[in-house]
Amino acid sequence: MGEFEVHRVRFFGLVPAGVRCLACHPRGSRLALARTDGAVEVYNFAANYFQEKVIPGHEARSVESLCWAAGDRLFGAGLGGDITEYDLSGLSAARGLDGGGGPIWSMVANSSGTQLAIGCEDGSVKIFQVVPGGIQFERNLDRRKGRVLCLSWHPSDTHIVAGSIDFFRVIDVASGQTVQRIMVNHHVEKAKHECVVWAIALLSSGTVVSADSFGRVQFWDWEQGTLAESHTVSTSAVLSLAVSQKEDSMIVGTSTGATYHLQLLPVRLGGLEKRWVRTKPFQFHSHDVRAVAHSPTALISGGLDAQLVIRPLMEKVQKKNYEAVLRKFTFPHRRLVSCARKARLLLFQFSQYLELWRLGSTEETGKDGEVLPLCRMPEHLVQLKSKGPEHIYCSCVSPCGTWLGYSTASRFQLYRVRCDEDGVSLRKVPKVPKLLPPAYQLQFSADSQILFVASARGSVHVFQLLEPGGCKHLHTLRPPSGCSEAVYLLAPSADGHWLAAVSGDWAIHIYNLKCFKVGLGVTPQPQGTRDGGLSMHCPPGSHHCIPGAGLGWLWCGNGGQRQSWRFWFGMGVWESCQPGPGGSHQCMSPPAASLRGAQL
Amino acid sequence: NKYKQEVRLVLLLSPLNTTNQILSVSSTTPTSKNWYLLYASGDFVKVHSVNTEETLGLLCGHADLVTGIQLNPHNHMQVYSSSLDGTIKLWDFMDGIPIKYYCWFQTDFFLWSDTFQLVSVKLTKGAGQDLEGKELSVVLDGVGASSKQIAFGREDSYVVSVKDVDLQVYFFKRKLLNRFSLSTAKTKGGDNRFSCVVCHPTEDCIATGHADGKIRLWRNFHHKKGYTYSSLHWHHDTVMDLAYSLEGTRLLSGGVESVLVQWHNESSCQKDFLPRLGSPIECISMSSDGVLCCTLHTDNRISIINSNLRFSRSIQGLIKSRDVKTGLVVDPRTKALVLNGEPGHLQFYSLQSDQQLFSLDIVQRQYIHQAGLKQSDLVKVAFSARGTWLATVEESEEVADPELQLKLWFYTEETQSFALNTRINTPHDNHITDMCFRDMDELGDDSLILVTTGRDCVFKVWVMVGDSDPEGNVSWSCDFVGSYHNYQATNCCFSEDGSLLAVSFEETVTVWDSLTWDLKCTFCHPPGNIRNICFGRQTCSKYLIGATDYGFLCCWNLLTCALEWNAHLNVVVLQPDPLSEHIAAVSWLSKESSLFVFKPSEPWPVYIQRNLCKEKILLAAFVPRDEPETISSEKYLWLRKSQLFFLTDTQELMTLSTKSLEERLTPSSKQLAVEESLPVTPFSVLLGKHRRQQAQEDTDLGKPVVHNKQEQASPAVKELLHTPAHVLPSASFLCTIFINSLLISKENKSAEEVADEVEMESEKAEDDSDEEDVTAMEQEDTSHIELLGEITCKLSKSQEKELRKIRKMDYSWISAF
Repeated sequence: MGEFEVHRVRFFGLVPAGVRCLACHPRGSRLALARTDGAVEVYNFAANYFQEKVIPGHEARSVESLCWAAGDRLFGAGLGGDITEYDLSGLSAARGLDGGGGPIWSMVANSSGTQLAIGCEDGSVKIFQVVPGGIQFERNLDRRKGRVLCLSWHPSDTHIVAGSIDFFRVIDVASGQTVQRIMVNHHVEKAKHECVVWAIALLSSGTVVSADSFGRVQFWDWEQGTLAESHTVSTSAVLSLAVSQKEDSMIVGTSTGATYHLQLLPVRLGGLEKRWVRTKPFQFHSHDVRAVAHSPTALISGGLDAQLVIRPLMEKVQKKNYEAVLRKFTFPHRRLVSCARKARLLLFQFSQYLELWRLGSTEETGKDGEVLPLCRMPEHLVQLKSKGPEHIYCSCVSPCGTWLGYSTASRFQLYRVRCDEDGVSLRKVPKVPKLLPPAYQLQFSADSQILFVASARGSVHVFQLLEPGGCKHLHTLRPPSGCSEAVYLLAPSADGHWLAAVSGDWAIHIYNLKCFKVGLGVTPQPQGTRDGGLSMHCPPGSHHCIPGAGLGWLWCGNGGQRQSWRFWFGMGVWESCQPGPGGSHQCMSPPAASLRGAQL
Repeated sequence: NKYKQEVRLVLLLSPLNTTNQILSVSSTTPTSKNWYLLYASGDFVKVHSVNTEETLGLLCGHADLVTGIQLNPHNHMQVYSSSLDGTIKLWDFMDGIPIKYYCWFQTDFFLWSDTFQLVSVKLTKGAGQDLEGKELSVVLDGVGASSKQIAFGREDSYVVSVKDVDLQVYFFKRKLLNRFSLSTAKTKGGDNRFSCVVCHPTEDCIATGHADGKIRLWRNFHHKKGYTYSSLHWHHDTVMDLAYSLEGTRLLSGGVESVLVQWHNESSCQKDFLPRLGSPIECISMSSDGVLCCTLHTDNRISIINSNLRFSRSIQGLIKSRDVKTGLVVDPRTKALVLNGEPGHLQFYSLQSDQQLFSLDIVQRQYIHQAGLKQSDLVKVAFSARGTWLATVEESEEVADPELQLKLWFYTEETQSFALNTRINTPHDNHITDMCFRDMDELGDDSLILVTTGRDCVFKVWVMVGDSDPEGNVSWSCDFVGSYHNYQATNCCFSEDGSLLAVSFEETVTVWDSLTWDLKCTFCHPPGNIRNICFGRQTCSKYLIGATDYGFLCCWNLLTCALEWNAHLNVVVLQPDPLSEHIAAVSWLSKESSLFVFKPSEPWPVYIQRNLCKEKILLAAFVPRDEPETISSEKYLWLRKSQLFFLTDTQELMTLSTKSLEERLTPSSKQLAVEESLPVTPFSVLLGKHRRQQAQEDTDLGKPVVHNKQEQASPAVKELLHTPAHVLPSASFLCTIFINSLLISKENKSAEEVADEVEMESEKAEDDSDEEDVTAMEQEDTSHIELLGEITCKLSKSQEKELRKIRKMDYSWISAF
């Protein structure tokens, strides 16, 4: 083991944005999440709920509602009044269409995913047809006064229930007429306050479930217009509600941060009569739970405290494995910090600006675990604000600390950093070659001579950095078979001969930088695990990458031979992924060089 | 004598068992509702009428502590009771008559035995009274010891048991046992241990109470994995008991907070509170019609609460206080027992009526129910001879600085209560060990002095001084401080005539003249400190008795100043009878209490009762009887004028009595009903008696016995009045019975008719004023003769006239001779 200097960095004041809405993929494989800053994230349930894609936010784009439609297409709508489709392979907001009814508070797709209904500020409910390449306005449904805050389709797509302030109404989709209007604040002493129906659900049985600001979850028979059950789950507002697909369980989120599980349980064992019963309360969040989702095996809640909590339903989990773990996502899964090792600089990426810090230093040495006094305090060198409303996609500082780059959705900027006694000066590098933005990842080579820019369609641009401040496009690396997904991760080897790149379809390509050719291409199919990090080790031909989700992969490439290893962090076991001679998996120790690399 | 002369130790009162022993029962009739409340108290089950607030009866027959009572599900006028003596009894509780005895239990009757298994017993439908449960089968192993930890589900389809952090559900039909465990980790102040369980009456829902104050509502518990629970949390400490309302829409919970919480519809947001119930709730029970509920409190009280959560009334027995520091004192005015009640209060408990007379707030400070808080409490109490003055000592629980207060209370006739007269802060520098008034009825208030002894090695004499103000108010002040070799003063006591004061200082007893406060003499019996002292009474007033903690009982003669006799006896309680020369000593040896009654003049005891009871007797008191009891046996003569009461360490009040408790407590109306051997309903009683009466009349044919007739008359009328209107037969039928009962047979007239005749004659006599004295005399004669009854032969009218003539003759001439 080498000697380490551990810095405690407490000056990265990142404030993650709160979770605004959640949308579970109908087939239950993915979860889309929108934050209050307009960022949209996609989590993959199959890959241990890994944060697969991130579309950075935009100042002007607020997302109030997300929905999956027409297979894997993701749509978002917000108070800007636009309906936006997200390009998940290019990680950008693709097309926008004005809803035409003012700010959009809610949007839901029907069960087949062919139609979208939006609820607008002006009280209208509009239906949009999902067509290839975009959406088309279809028609307006009955418009009533009062903003439509929440919507829900009947599973048979015949009716829509629209929640508003003090009332909700049921709209017949075929005729477009309001067939029932139910006041929710009837018989309430607090009726002088308005009762906001924050969330609503229309069950297949014809029951309407409403969650309102009086803390009630109410079950209505909409045809009769009668209240069937009322559960006052909280003294504060119930903000969100999600029903499982089997309609036997639901989760509600309240403004105190508590979420409650409601279950449809038999009143008598073995009997047919069933009733909704509030069962378990959870207090995972500190305040408003604005979004909840119900996957087949888990309750998912997202709060304005920026936490995403996935609480598995123990009775639905078959065995005690990774699925049975309570997960809390507070920190982003992306790389927001880059380090200039030689210059002892740290670059922090915020949503709209960057901060460059110099690490503190000490002259003393000490034993393991000892806290050494700093002789030089960490120093905030510069704050670099990105122009425009777009948020920063990625940023990087070169190992020597003299180059700094970042990219937004439409711009790529490279800066030359000069640190001297007077202070720090930043100079924009002129004439950066025009690329097709955005860049998804920036990576400097170890000697700070070359900049790699991960780009769309699996391509990696290689720039040569020139003194005193310039750059030249050298080459563009592309996977030989072509790729539609963008490259998310880059890792150069220390000797500068190799570069590993991971794209959104989880393919890893290792390029030889001498001849700009693909040296190795692997696709870690078995687990479908998306990598969280990637690093390369210097002995030529041996590479490894260490993802973040508890499972490590190691590939050793040596000439034509290819060996892949899988490392279970929890178990401390290496196992070979290649079937052995007898077709069985062999457990053997990987090459020593690779292990050394893993220790880095 | 009409009672068997056998003195038994009778348990009078004991703290209510704390294991689920209240049952409220209602007898629903269309017009009126009578609620009966059954509760187990010691070895008995008491039946209390909620409407009339009287104890209707006592189900006694168990030989040991009653552990559980359960209504007969098929007949709500019958109740099963289980006891530590290993029997289950079925009672008709309205009559207090055991119907059947089982060595174990009945169909669907469950009980937890000593090893805490839940076993099911098939109750055989035998004819006899004593039956043996044969078919025992174990349902659940490892159940909790308390019946609060067992509950039967809807329609008895399953049984739930909780213990520690485990919940077990056993389904009878499917023979399925599900076991759920909570985590034992005490995170965030949570404590998942179960304290009680109750089942929803109509739905499959189990409510459990937990040690951290949570209530969990379990559903879907027939699935091993799919079970789910929600929780309600208000209590900050253990949930002591739970109860569902009749329909299950409301759940009641109670705990140490003394607040009854009502949860509506299993919602944590909708709840009602009934606060300030006085003391921690031990147990909650709902009446079978759901109208009333009652809570059992730790201070031995039952509160009855309406369905709209209004406090209705309470049944207060002897308040169980944490520690009876005051001892058993008898209030001379009311003859009530006086002892510690609620914290800081003095309770006056009437033994005759078995109820609390009143509670006097002595400390007059808010008591805070919190562990570890040092608060003031009452430690000593003394009454003056006529009960007009009451002296109390309160001290805080701090050992170092006791913060003493001596208070003197004067009884005011106007308000019928004690009013504070003098408060003395820090009367002694250390704990007060004993206190007594000089008891002298005849000398009036001037002779009244109070002596206190303290651990600060002095005794102080307090006298009343008249204030200078014109209203003539009096107050108390210290008159004399005495000490002896700087020993701690432990006990004090006045002789019967008040002339001598005995104060014990550790090993020594000192005798002081109460006029001059001179030390007269000292006694000691080393080794060992003096534990109790008392003077002999009446004929034995020249003796001083002392008990040492070294196990000796000594009797000193005050005239010779010598030890008269001593006995080796570990005396715990030494109690002189105020009305006789007897002294009772209770010893505690090898886990049993023994009673010795002796006269100081004789070294051998009058009465010995070894092995009086297993519990340690801490206190005893002689309570004077209202009228001396007729006791023939020589052995029990000492019980003639007063009755001896004991209080054990478990706060059971006991007495020695010639009567059984049933006879003592059964109200007279109840005894009437019992006369008719086995009446099931009042209606059948009435009918049955009518038939019997008719049959008797047929056989006797005009030869009814006078006495019978008269005694029968009143029960018939009483029953007529006591029976509810809806069960009465038609008025025409009742009429004959009623009239019959009023009829007076001819033979009966003798005495009354004679009296009438006498009166008539006396009137006549007043009219004939000329006859004067003679008539009066004659009248007396006749009345005498006639009153003697038919035995004296009557003189014929002619003979009478002749006699009168003889009398009216002038015999004065005889004197001339």
